[in-house]
Amino acid sequence: MNDDSDILLDVRDLHVSFQLREGLLKAVDGVDFVVRKRKTVGLVGESGCGKSVTVKAVLQIIPPPGKMRGEIWLRRKAGGPPVDLGKLDPTGDEIRQVRGGEIGMIFQEPMKAFSPVHTIGNQLVEGILLHTTPDPKEAHDAAVAMLERVKIANPQQRMKAYPHELSGGMRQRAMIAAALACHPSILIADEPTTALDVTVQAEVLRLIKDLQAELGMSVIFITHDLGVVAEMADDVAVMYLGRIVEQSDVDTIFHEPMHPYTVELLRSIPELGRTPRSRLNTIEGTVPVPLNLGRRCGFYSRCREAVAGVCDVADPPAVQVRPGHRVRCFLRQPPPAVAV
Amino acid sequence: MNNNEILLEVRGLTKHFPLKSNFWRRVIGHVRAVDGVDLFVRRGETLGLVGESGCGKTTLGRCILRAIEPTAGEVLYHLQGRQPVDFRSLSGDQLRQMRPFMQMVFQDPFSALDPRMTVYDIISEPLRANPGRVMTTIVERVKELMTVVGLNPQYMERYPHAFSTGQRQRISVARALATSPEFIVCDEPVSALDVSVRSQILNLLLELQDRYQVGYLFISHDLSVIHHISHRVAVMYVGKIVETASAVELFQSPKHPYTEVLLHAIPRPDPRSKRIRLYLSGELPNPANPPSGCYFHPRCGYAQEVCARQTPALSELSPLHHVACHFAAELNLNGVAM
Repeated sequence: MNDDSDILLDVRDLHVSFQLREGLLKAVDGVDFVVRKRKTVGLVGESGCGKSVTVKAVLQIIPPPGKMRGEIWLRRKAGGPPVDLGKLDPTGDEIRQVRGGEIGMIFQEPMKAFSPVHTIGNQLVEGILLHTTPDPKEAHDAAVAMLERVKIANPQQRMKAYPHELSGGMRQRAMIAAALACHPSILIADEPTTALDVTVQAEVLRLIKDLQAELGMSVIFITHDLGVVAEMADDVAVMYLGRIVEQSDVDTIFHEPMHPYTVELLRSIPELGRTPRSRLNTIEGTVPVPLNLGRRCGFYSRCREAVAGVCDVADPPAVQVRPGHRVRCFLRQPPPAVAV
Repeated sequence: MNNNEILLEVRGLTKHFPLKSNFWRRVIGHVRAVDGVDLFVRRGETLGLVGESGCGKTTLGRCILRAIEPTAGEVLYHLQGRQPVDFRSLSGDQLRQMRPFMQMVFQDPFSALDPRMTVYDIISEPLRANPGRVMTTIVERVKELMTVVGLNPQYMERYPHAFSTGQRQRISVARALATSPEFIVCDEPVSALDVSVRSQILNLLLELQDRYQVGYLFISHDLSVIHHISHRVAVMYVGKIVETASAVELFQSPKHPYTEVLLHAIPRPDPRSKRIRLYLSGELPNPANPPSGCYFHPRCGYAQEVCARQTPALSELSPLHHVACHFAAELNLNGVAM
């Protein structure tokens, strides 16, 4: 792991593949990124690009028959040398301490993430008892305090409510409370506002930001919505077909993108500043299925600038074009130094 | 737009769903899903209908097509070369004759297409159901439609599972276009699609409208999409239209406090954008038991005493700009900078 003590999580060369009857499906194919203290990393990409699988690998909860390789270094809350989560037994004690205790997660659909037959309070207390305190009374109080913190009115009563009794926005708040109940140092938010209305989305995003500042945690924010990323992230990684094709700070991604995919993606969203009813940029075709793909740039089949003989013969490496700005594209590499 | 003809006029459209008690199944109340809606759509025009989930957008769209039987109100269609007809007064047979002129595109392209029918069966079904409308042979027409929506007619005999999400939505659009309708209700047609595919379908819908002069009622909760595709926009809140105006005017100078909040909640894809942050307090009211007076008053930042007593009517503020707010003329609300 990097010695920089600012770095909490360092993911290196992460691969996740699924052996299917049809062949080997490479869901994540060589992903590197770091999460810094108190910062938000935005993982953006279209469905099937591997963003959810990436964070599942971090928590070691990849569904079978998924196989993972690579390094996932986490700096523990208690201090000490960083641990490689990838080397831990996925059913062992240590990873269980990490899940929920050090890395909390919120999901897109709180209705599915919560158990429908247990009360909200029950589910919050369960996590707190596992990680923070063995005393049920104390755990109950901590859960109530957490519900209050996520601005749920009448937290005492809500403790006894079942998930279906809450509205969508309220459920997502309760989900956030459950994820943060044990004060993790990293919060993973997987499309937390996709199922919500705009006004509720705005409130939930604000809540996550406020809590982040208050608790001093880092956030990995997964979304396909470029507007939400612009608002939430400090650093952005754009994913396509299991790879990070471009990563940089948020301002650079939106104002000086370099990878053809990022550029085209930004041009194809119906933004308010655009002339109404003008034709949007389109990226022709669809995302290929990452099955038995040859060695070539994943975006080759849809890229307007693709050069045959260059882009379809090898994988483009991630190249640093500027400090902190990495791009995976043969056409965007600084000219090679002249060989002597 | 080169045509100012009214295509569809809706007056006082209402749909109340009865609420029944658990045991005796007695009616104990009504959910006012759509509550006295007036609107119109011109030929070749897109009316964007925006609102949060549960506000009655979909029910309104379906009532206009009589896919759900409305409780009250008028739905007048002014079809080309025909007398205006009140859609609600038609009997089964007459209704079936009118069906080809109005179609629907659904949100989820997975459940909207029968997995056991080939693309040919799906697209030709409305043609086979309405034999009078076919000019050429059905096969020719299906080929033509597939080409129009950007699908290769070679794939006619394939089943929906062989297509991607975007292509399936193209199949749905082709099916809707089969009978050359004059009006299409698009119910969240791009909400299930990824960014790069969404722009393809939006472009397709725009092109088809320019080519065939179809009127769209475009239902969406995504305001950026609504802004992009609509000529005019109607904002719905708990079964009622609270504001309607041209797209440009509505986004630049909203007159209803709810519209203002909605506009400022849109996440902008620009980290440098500086916007005012407005947040809504409270929850969407229960349409079975709405608040007194203006339905929005418990959550409105500008509410005054009169708002709790009187329900504001949708009234004209300027030509084509209608607002249901007591203080529409006085409030100085912020639009979103273009």
